[in-house]
Amino acid sequence: MADIVLDKVTKSYPDGTIAVHGIDLEIADGEFIILVGPSGCGKSTTLNMIAGLEDITTGELRIGGERVNDKAPKDRDIAMVFQSYALYPNMTVRDNMGFPLKLAKLPKAEIDKKVGEAAKVLELTDYLDRKPANLSGGQRQRVAMGRAIVRNPKAFLMDEPLSNLDAKLRVQMRTQVSRLQKQLGTTTVYVTHDQTEAMTLGDRVVVMRAGHIQQVGDPQTLYDKPVNLFVAGFIGSPSMNFLPATVFPGGLHTPIGDLPIPVKDNAPKDLVLGIRPEHFEDARLVEEALRPRGFEFTLPVDLVESMGSDKYVYFTVEGGKSDLASADLADLAADAGGADLPDQSGLVTRLSAESRVREGADARIWLNLDKIHLFDPSDGRNLTLD
Amino acid sequence: MTAVVEKPRKAARSKVALSEGKRQERRLGWLLCAPAAIVMVAVTAYPILYSFWLSLQRYDLKFPGDREFVWFDNYITVLGNGYWWSAFGVTMLITVISVVFELVLGMGLALIMHRTLIGRGLVRTSALIPYGIVTVVAAFSWRYAWTPGTGYLANLVTPDGAPLTERASALAIIIVAEIWKTTPFMALLLMAGLALVPEDLLKAASMDGASAWQRFVRVMLPVMKPAILVALLFRTLDALRVFDNIYVLTNGANDTRSVSIIAYDNLMKGLNLGIGSTMSVLIFLTVAIIAFIFVKLFGTAAPGAGDEGKR
Amino acid sequence: MPVKLKWGLLDALVVVFAIVPVLWIVSLSFKTTATLTDGNFIPREWTLDNYRTIFQTDQFVRALVNSIGIALISTLIAVVLGTMAAYAISRLDFPGKGLLVGVSLLIAMFPQVSLVSPLFNIERQTGLFDTWPGLILPYITFALPLAIYTLSAFFKQIPWDLEKAAKMDGATQGEAFRRVIAPLAAPGVFTTAILVFIFCWNDFLFAISLTSTEQSRTVPVALSFFTGASQFEDPTGAISAAAVVITIPIILFVLFFQKRIVAGLTSGAVKG
Repeated sequence: MADIVLDKVTKSYPDGTIAVHGIDLEIADGEFIILVGPSGCGKSTTLNMIAGLEDITTGELRIGGERVNDKAPKDRDIAMVFQSYALYPNMTVRDNMGFPLKLAKLPKAEIDKKVGEAAKVLELTDYLDRKPANLSGGQRQRVAMGRAIVRNPKAFLMDEPLSNLDAKLRVQMRTQVSRLQKQLGTTTVYVTHDQTEAMTLGDRVVVMRAGHIQQVGDPQTLYDKPVNLFVAGFIGSPSMNFLPATVFPGGLHTPIGDLPIPVKDNAPKDLVLGIRPEHFEDARLVEEALRPRGFEFTLPVDLVESMGSDKYVYFTVEGGKSDLASADLADLAADAGGADLPDQSGLVTRLSAESRVREGADARIWLNLDKIHLFDPSDGRNLTLD
Repeated sequence: MTAVVEKPRKAARSKVALSEGKRQERRLGWLLCAPAAIVMVAVTAYPILYSFWLSLQRYDLKFPGDREFVWFDNYITVLGNGYWWSAFGVTMLITVISVVFELVLGMGLALIMHRTLIGRGLVRTSALIPYGIVTVVAAFSWRYAWTPGTGYLANLVTPDGAPLTERASALAIIIVAEIWKTTPFMALLLMAGLALVPEDLLKAASMDGASAWQRFVRVMLPVMKPAILVALLFRTLDALRVFDNIYVLTNGANDTRSVSIIAYDNLMKGLNLGIGSTMSVLIFLTVAIIAFIFVKLFGTAAPGAGDEGKR
Repeated sequence: MPVKLKWGLLDALVVVFAIVPVLWIVSLSFKTTATLTDGNFIPREWTLDNYRTIFQTDQFVRALVNSIGIALISTLIAVVLGTMAAYAISRLDFPGKGLLVGVSLLIAMFPQVSLVSPLFNIERQTGLFDTWPGLILPYITFALPLAIYTLSAFFKQIPWDLEKAAKMDGATQGEAFRRVIAPLAAPGVFTTAILVFIFCWNDFLFAISLTSTEQSRTVPVALSFFTGASQFEDPTGAISAAAVVITIPIILFVLFFQKRIVAGLTSGAVKG
């Protein structure tokens, strides 16, 4: 077990593209850290550099205090779980799990013992003599995990290990991975593009974009205090709503009305307003005491999705889309492929289940002004944080 | 002071230097390829250059004393010679006709092998027989089949003639033998292309009202185009080398010599290294030009052009 | 039912097309000297005399030994060299890779007859003429592109992650190859070996140009020099019998490894 330190680590390719721009990251011993971001953000490259499967162009990588830039993967004593599981098809489950130990030239009795133990933990004892082809997806995934844990390495690296499972199994395995990591206490670096996985699994989450780290922090901090538009939009489901806003002496002009909030003098004139769906409420259900701290507006309801515990209510906002121009938003839209992200002319709100709003009718909506975020569209910076 | 100097130098060095793993990978790559590369180059590049050198000399093994450097005299001799042009024409004729037939028959065979409902294994197995069989063996089979008296085909088709002794019929038989031998190979290459045609695409086309023929022409052929071009390139260049069939069937009699046969005759029967080498170089150039035209015309369709850059 | 019938007829047509010339030479090989020229497709009198004759002549037996020996050695070397190169091409990143692929493509298209004159002269001068190595060398050369292409195609189908996984599991590059890739690659290597063997077994041009005696003449060449048991005997029966003998290994390969051969030939070509 060991800590992992990335010191200004850069990855560039001969053709000049830079996949990772001098990132600094300190991963504590025993920590479960998640690298998350849209595809092409450099998270897998970072993982491969830690693994030793890709060269580090500049910078330094230290595992347990020792510089390992030039060490071959086999000399770094770290295990990896692959998205495709990478099980050796010609070997049984037993041989797959015992393979790293065999390469380390452990005596056979010890290999059998360790494989047996790992199989018990992962409930694979009955399948030890099967070939990977005869296993279900979940079982294969567990064999891949087993192969990583048998050798008790300094660290685990996991490259989207759950993304080949169906949705239900993925949730189950998520809990199992989390429990296993706590039990073993091994430093773990986990790569995913799924923000839900990132939020539920990690001690800390690293949000990456285009080879840069955007923000590092525990899941709640990322959610509550995103440093920029990108993180704000990437973390959370449904995503944060973004609306154009213009500063005027008494507050902010927005498509849903003029918000009476003070804006700092040094802020630019045009801003992006960010509001999470749960910070809206059906105005009729808001307690009197809270009412003055919010802002109320009326809009016709497009669509109501009842989730049982609460309701997702969708609105269309006039003039919401065209004024929003920001690199961060463009990246988010590209990542979501337009599907996951709220249509920027639309507004997603999460209201109490008791709300009586109906499709087609106007609804009176209350917005919690304490929870709004303001972003500088030029660089995406969150202005409400300072 | 020293620290200030030290830092940039270190950074610069690690930028250029590859990690040990990377260097090891390179070294291993070269090491693994070296034997194959050396053998291939040593046995082809050196002899073809040597051949060019020989082609500039008067060099007849029957008169070794007459060896002399004559520049391009041999080329003038060969290119001014009717036999060469006859062989050249025969080679082109055989190539064009056999490749065209092979393409059509091969496409049919590919469709049968790919889509047949029954006995797919049997069809594929029997189609492989012509591919695998020794060309000389097949050629003998054809020769005896067309030998008057002995052959079932000769007695059946040409009861009162000797087809192998007349130029036109002999060439036809040579072409038939070529087609029989290599159509399966063509079909296999085309079948690889057929496998790339998505089944859903064909279903969609028939839902859109396309007939079987329209589906073939409008949907399958465009998807198969790269495979067809690869098959054509390989077979054309292979057909230009035609030797075995002619050697056994007519041995070049009655003006049925191909360029390969005439080059071989000059060397082994005429023992004329100078002229033989000149023909070798000319054949090499012909093939190079045709290959070049193919690759230029069809660009990326050339095998290996697309996917080899990456792993 | 009519659909099946249609396919059945088409299948039958293919089978007949493919097999008749082979059956004809088989038929000839079983005919007696008296009925050899009767032109009947099926022999009226059956005999094994032709086979007895050829196996009693040194000419054929020597040639058979030469054919088998030369083809096996060439196959072995070509497949070993080809496996090494194909592994490097499909799995490693190094400068000069594209060049190697280009060169082997060029050689695959190379007119072999262009090498006959220079090789003839070179081999005469170096003493390789009319020896086994004298044939093995060009066979390896022309088998290598075939081997490299087919094997690279097979190797590319092996999941790349496995090698990374092996490295993460503590294997060196060499160990990753030996323990993980090699067992997965074995079927592809075997298929390639069959294709290369067929190629070497088939060659006529080099064999007739670079040999002059029974010392290294292969069967296809020996066939063309057959004169029968005596100078005045018609060699048709003997040639047919010899032809059948050298066709047997091909038929066996095709019967037992049809799927592999088809996979090998198509996979090498499909990645165009």
